[in-house]
Amino acid sequence: MTEKLKEYHAPVWNESSIMELGYPGRRGLLFSEAEPNIRERFPEPEALIPASMRRRSAPALPEMTEPEVLYHYLRLSQQTLGMMGMSIFGTCTMKYNAQINEAMAWRPEVTELHPLQHEDTLQGALEVVYGMDTILRELSGMDQFVFQAGGGADAAYTSAVITRAYHAARGELAQRDEIITTIQTHPSSAATAAAAGFKVITLMLDENGYPSLDALKAAVSDRTAALMVNNPDDMGVYNPEMKEWVRIVHEAGGLAFYDHANFNGAMSKLRAREIGFDACMFMLHKTFGAPKSGVGGPAVGAYGCSEELARYLPAPVVTYDGDRYHLDYDRPHTIGKIREFWGNLPVIVKAYAWSRSMGAEGIAQASDISVLANNYMEKGLLAIRGVTRSHPNASTPRLEMTRYSLQQLKEDTGVDVHDVQNRMTDFGIDAMWTSHEPWLVPEPFTPEAGEMYGKEALDRWIAVLAQISDEAYSDPGLVKTSPHNQAIHRLKAGMTDDPSSRAMTWRAFLKKRNNGALGAGPHDPAS
Amino acid sequence: MGETAARAVGFTPLVVHRPEEVDTVSADTQVSVAAMSKAGVDLILFVGGDGTARDVLASKAQHIPMLGIPAGVKMHSAVFGTSPQNAGQLAALHLARDSAAAVREAEVMDLDEDAIREDRVSARLYGYALSPYERRLSQNAKAGAGPGEEATLDAIARKVAARMRSGVLYVLGPGTTTRRVSTSLGLPSTLLGVDAVLDGRLVGRDLDEQGLLRLMADRESYLVVGVLGGQGSLFGRGNQQISAEVIRRTGRDHIIVVAALEKLISLDGEPLRVDTGDAEVDTMLTGHIRVRTGLEQDTVYRVQA
Repeated sequence: MTEKLKEYHAPVWNESSIMELGYPGRRGLLFSEAEPNIRERFPEPEALIPASMRRRSAPALPEMTEPEVLYHYLRLSQQTLGMMGMSIFGTCTMKYNAQINEAMAWRPEVTELHPLQHEDTLQGALEVVYGMDTILRELSGMDQFVFQAGGGADAAYTSAVITRAYHAARGELAQRDEIITTIQTHPSSAATAAAAGFKVITLMLDENGYPSLDALKAAVSDRTAALMVNNPDDMGVYNPEMKEWVRIVHEAGGLAFYDHANFNGAMSKLRAREIGFDACMFMLHKTFGAPKSGVGGPAVGAYGCSEELARYLPAPVVTYDGDRYHLDYDRPHTIGKIREFWGNLPVIVKAYAWSRSMGAEGIAQASDISVLANNYMEKGLLAIRGVTRSHPNASTPRLEMTRYSLQQLKEDTGVDVHDVQNRMTDFGIDAMWTSHEPWLVPEPFTPEAGEMYGKEALDRWIAVLAQISDEAYSDPGLVKTSPHNQAIHRLKAGMTDDPSSRAMTWRAFLKKRNNGALGAGPHDPAS
Repeated sequence: MGETAARAVGFTPLVVHRPEEVDTVSADTQVSVAAMSKAGVDLILFVGGDGTARDVLASKAQHIPMLGIPAGVKMHSAVFGTSPQNAGQLAALHLARDSAAAVREAEVMDLDEDAIREDRVSARLYGYALSPYERRLSQNAKAGAGPGEEATLDAIARKVAARMRSGVLYVLGPGTTTRRVSTSLGLPSTLLGVDAVLDGRLVGRDLDEQGLLRLMADRESYLVVGVLGGQGSLFGRGNQQISAEVIRRTGRDHIIVVAALEKLISLDGEPLRVDTGDAEVDTMLTGHIRVRTGLEQDTVYRVQA
C-alpha cells in the first residue's frame, strides 16, 4: 500500500431508547378544544367508548414533541451502515432501486387497491401482473407464472408442494419420497422439501466445484420425487452438465426445479425450460430491481412452471382473454393458497417498471456487466496476501460471484473472516457475506459485484481488503479488535440471538431487567 | 522433555517429568501425561504422530482433551490439527473457552502391524479420546445453530434402531457413532469391537470375522458403520473385523453409513476410504454411497480404494 485509505467514522449518539425519552406533559400535536355545542352534546367523550373496551389506565407512552421524535429516529438510522456505503453481499444481488419506480409503486392507483375488489376495477393492476408474467415466460420458457409466494423460500415451498400434488395425482407419492439437492444450492430448497414431507438427499461437490454426474446417478431412484437445484450455485460455480442432470431425473420419473436465486449472471443467457426444467423461481426483489429490503420483505418469489404442472398452481392465476384480464379462481387441481391474495403488488409494479425500462438488451447487458465485474474483482482479490479461491483447480470462470477463503490469512496471522468483516465497516463498507451453512470452504467470503457500481467503487472495495490484509500481517490486533469507527463496538458472538440477553419489546426488557436476566449490554466489547 | 524448547520461547514451564535418557521413549510420554493430568491441565497438546497419540491415550488421562500438532507423515487418528498453525489456533480457542471450539470423542488410530507384514498400509483403532475441533459456523449462528452434531447423531441412531426388521441381523461396527444405535436399543456395546443385534437382542459381542460369518449364515444382514479417523475410513482401517468376505455377503445396498455432516466436511473433499485387502470388494464399494447425516437426510459421498 502506498497510501493509507481514508477511514469512515459513524456518528455515536449514545441514544437512549425512546421509552426513556420525553418529559411529562410534552406533546407533538396540540388539539384545539372542542367547540361549545360539541362539548354540550358530549360532555363525557370517553363515554362514547363502551366501558368494556376502555383502558383502565392511560398507555405509558413517551411524551415528546414531533421534532424530538424525528431526531431520535434519524440518529438511530445514522448509527446503522445499511445502504449508505458499498454493499455487495453475495447471493443477494444488491441493485439500485430507481426513485421513479418507487414513486410509481406509491401512487394511489397501487396503494388504494384492495385485492378483493371486483376484477373489472383491477384491470390496470392485473395488466401489470400479466405483463410481468409474460416477461418471465420469455426469460424462462415456462408457460405460466404466479406471484403469490412472498419470497424465494416461499416459491421453493410452492414447488415442493406442487411436486407432492403431481406425484399424488399419479398415485406415486407414497413411493416417491425423496428430493435431491446439492450442498451449495440455497438451503431453502432442502428446508422446503423437508417441510413438504420429503426426505432430502444432498450431493457433495467434486473437484470441479459442482457434484459429479456419478453422484447424481447414485442418488436417483424410483423414490426420486424431484431435483431442486440452483445454477450457478452459491459460490458462483456454473454446472455445465445440467441438461444431462435433468434428463437423468426425468428418466427416473422425477420433476426438476430450477432455483433462479442466482439468476443475475445467467439472465437472458439461458432458459430453464430449454434445459428441461419443469419449474423455476425468480426473486423480483433482487434480480428484477425491486428492493431487497432485508430478510422479511416485502418480496415476491415468482414461481413459473410448464403447462403440465400449471393445473396445480396456487389460485388465483391472472389470465388474459385478449380483451380483459381475469383472476382465475376456478382451478380444481390447485394446491390451494401459499399466501393470501395474489402477490405483493407494489413489488411486482417495481419489477415490471425495472424490466420495461431495462428492455431485453439492457437485461442482457446487466448480466454481462455483473459477470465482468466479478471476474475483474477476482483478479484484484486473488492478488491479496492470504486470500484464496474455493476449488482453486477448477479453471472455469465463476459467474456473478466467487467464493473465497481467508484460511491462509487466519493460519498466518490469527485474523479470521469475522475480524475482517468488522474491520471493513471501519471504511464505510457493508460487511461482506461469508457463506450459507455449512461452511465447506473455511473462513469463506463471497462478494457479488452486480451491475450498479462503477469500477472505482470495486477498486476501493479491493483496496480496503488489501489494506486489511496488510494490517493483519503487520498489526493483527488492530483487525482483531475492530470495528474502531462504528457506533458500537463488536458484539459478542452469538449474543444477538440469546434470549436471556435480548429483549424485543420494552415490556420484555423491563421484565428481564427486573429478573436480573439482562447482564451484558450491547455496548460491552467482546471478551 | 520440552523444557529447553519452552524456555527458549520465553515460557516458564512447570516441569513434571525428567526422562532418564536423552532419547525419550513411549513410557516418558505416558508418565508425563499422567503427571500433567494430576496437575490439572486443561489440554494435552503434543507434537508427533499416531504413535504419540497412542501413548497419550495409554496414560489414561481420558477426562482431559488431547490435541496433536501434526509432525510430518499422514495421520490416521482424528486428534490432530490440519497444520501446526491450525492446531495452535484450535488450542487457543479451546483454552479461551470460545464457542467456536467444541470437544468430541475422536479416534486414535495407528498403523496395523499385521497388515504391514502382509505388505499393506492399514490402520487399527486403538481407542477414543476427547479432542477439540473447530466448528465451521458463521458467528451469529453459534448460539442457536441447528440441533448440533450430538443430537443429530442420536436422532439418526434412534431411527436406525426403530427401523430394524425382525429376523434380520444388524452388524454394528466399532466407534462412538454406532454405539449410539446400541444405546438407543438399550444394549451394551463394544466401543472398539463389532457387535451384532438380532430381533432387539445382542447376539454377539466383539466379534471377529468368523464369528460374524457364523451369525450371518442364511440370514439377511445389514452393516451399520461410522466413518473412522482423520482420513475418513469406511472399511479396512479400524474395523478390519468386518472383512471383505463379510462385506461381500452383506451386499453394498445393505450398508448403512452414519456420520455427522461436519465430519464429512472436515475431509475437505477427500473421498471416504476403503481398504479391505480384497481388490474386488474395494471395487464394489468404490463410487458414491449414501451417508445418513440427519433425520430423513442423506448425503451422497464419494468412496475410493
